[in-house]
Amino acid sequence: MSTDVNVKLDALPGLDPKALPLQVKNLQVEFRTRNGIAHAVNGVSFDVRAGETRAILGESGCGKSVTAQAIMGILDSPPGFVTGGEILYRGVDLLKLPESERRKVRANRIAMIFQDALSALNPVFTVGFQLGELFRKHRGMSRQDAKARSVELLDLVKIPAAKQRVNDYPHQFSGGMRQRVMIAMALALDPEVLIADEPTTALDVTVQAQIMALLAELQRERNMALVLITHDMGVVADVADRISVMYAGRVIEEAGVHEIYASPAHPYTKGLLESIPRLDLKGQELSAIKGLPPALTNIPPGCAFNPRCRYAQDVCKQDPAPALFQVSPSRTAACHFWKEVKGDE
Amino acid sequence: MGRYVIRRLLQFIPTVLGTMFLLHYLTSLAIQFSGNPVRALFGDRTPPPALLQAVTERLGYDDPCLGTRGDPCLFRPAETGSGLFGSGYELGLFFDRLANIFFRFDFGINLRQREVTDLVADAIPFTLKLLVIAILFEAIVGIAAGVLAGLRNGSFTDYLVKISTVFVISVPIFVLGLVVREFVGVKFGNVLRGQDWIPDVISAGMFSPGFKADYPWASLIIPGMVLGATSLAVTARLTRTSIMENIRADYVRTAKAKGLATKRVIGVHTLRNSLIPVITFLGVDIGAAMAGAVVTETIFNVPGIGRLVTMSARTGESSVVIGVVTMLVLVVLIANLLVDLLYAVLDPRIRYE
Repeated sequence: MSTDVNVKLDALPGLDPKALPLQVKNLQVEFRTRNGIAHAVNGVSFDVRAGETRAILGESGCGKSVTAQAIMGILDSPPGFVTGGEILYRGVDLLKLPESERRKVRANRIAMIFQDALSALNPVFTVGFQLGELFRKHRGMSRQDAKARSVELLDLVKIPAAKQRVNDYPHQFSGGMRQRVMIAMALALDPEVLIADEPTTALDVTVQAQIMALLAELQRERNMALVLITHDMGVVADVADRISVMYAGRVIEEAGVHEIYASPAHPYTKGLLESIPRLDLKGQELSAIKGLPPALTNIPPGCAFNPRCRYAQDVCKQDPAPALFQVSPSRTAACHFWKEVKGDE
Repeated sequence: MGRYVIRRLLQFIPTVLGTMFLLHYLTSLAIQFSGNPVRALFGDRTPPPALLQAVTERLGYDDPCLGTRGDPCLFRPAETGSGLFGSGYELGLFFDRLANIFFRFDFGINLRQREVTDLVADAIPFTLKLLVIAILFEAIVGIAAGVLAGLRNGSFTDYLVKISTVFVISVPIFVLGLVVREFVGVKFGNVLRGQDWIPDVISAGMFSPGFKADYPWASLIIPGMVLGATSLAVTARLTRTSIMENIRADYVRTAKAKGLATKRVIGVHTLRNSLIPVITFLGVDIGAAMAGAVVTETIFNVPGIGRLVTMSARTGESSVVIGVVTMLVLVVLIANLLVDLLYAVLDPRIRYE
């Protein structure tokens, strides 16, 4: 495995250190299943700067996790296939790299935190082994050195008694501590981009806050680009800089966090914000978006949201789907009636 | 852990006693219905009653309960005193046998007055060789086939493994053994033995129709493969499903996201978890292989434990059957205990309190 040792950042052909750490352009992913082709991601584009947090927001099944897996190159394939688009890491299109090169990008430059740390950590190896493995396989360290580094990492994510706990198995940790191990694993090789796929969903609220604070702190220290995938509007409001809202495999609105909370320009975003329970509206019926998201094997023509949309008119039911309209110099929304939606407060 | 082992060891006692009683009762019934096994020693001559009586007594088949059909031989009328708790009965043949085995370590003698322990000591090396070949064969080939099939679900290899294992599982071992002996050992072997350039260890050893004392390992390879065949098929299927289940697991995806080579993702992160049920099966299978050895050794004429039990059962030598099978039961129990302890090593989530 000598090729893995000491991966240098300039080893990739075409690498431009001044380019953005991560840029996704028109990404398309489909799953070829027996019941037809599921169009999980249909032209997703976003980018993220160093030190910035990009939230990707959406319901279950809107394609946000698939987007993350496509970026990492860990889609289950078959049935999943990337059929188009570009994933640029500092100007290098990862989709064009051979698997042997792409493998070195993972964990080294772009790392990922998974949702459920209990199932995402291997139950039969100690956390020390699973952390140390990164240093041994990517940096060619000895077992002892790797273990020492693992202890440092556990310290970094504030796990008490790291020296002893490094020999424990994942099931011996509490949920929050396990997620810290997961974070330590993602940060081990100093990646420039961190993708966190619903990092706090499996945790209770107080632990959620601690984990998000830890992530924010580590991101600040290392000037990492963070892609935060979530369906939790509360988490987003606290930590995100920019938001991409996804629906049925498309980004339907893209804006800075304050703009989106102040004046959503897409009916779906608006519906999401209205469905947050509010103390000042106690006693009233909670507003919810009616209906269900479409099956990805059978996305309706036109705007995918039209069957559930209260602004929908005939134009929304016809292909092509609305393009992203420039709402302001820094934000876009994919709705024919964005002006009405935004103005209608 | 220590307490768990002690509890398991205590559970051995009823298991061993139960097995011994079953064997004792079955062999006693055989004598009660078909007569004194000692008469076989005299062939078709009729021995003088006094001689027959003396030999029967010396070989331990003189208990009167062996003359009453259906008597379990647990108690006999007391010769002196009032017997157990004044019932007029005292402990019978079964308890005599238990006392001999567990207190005097005397497993008895066969009809030719050889110690059962000697018989076992002579036979066990052959059975062990056979078992080693069978277990290695089923573990190595079975796991390899299962991994290949599991990783390439729906491929040609997968179908090949699926279909061939069903075929092997559905053929009983005695049919498989007889067919292999006839076609591989006799017919194919004869062809090989007609060729001068093939070394004897292959033509006369490996492809002989039965065990050859000159080639103790080579001539046991094919019997061992027959013995391991069914379990090999089960091992392959178990590995296949286990791999298919684990390859989609979240931690395998994590391993990929860590940028590890596919070799390591499969070989370390997937395989380790997938083999937990397989190793459990292999451990339990040692017991089943012992049972299979009885059939295989008889077919291929291997002078091992299995053939010893078969022959003794035919001649009605209770002491040999009881002694040998009791030892086998102990071996299987200890093997199972070791497997359970190994299980905790393989899967750290399992703790024995």
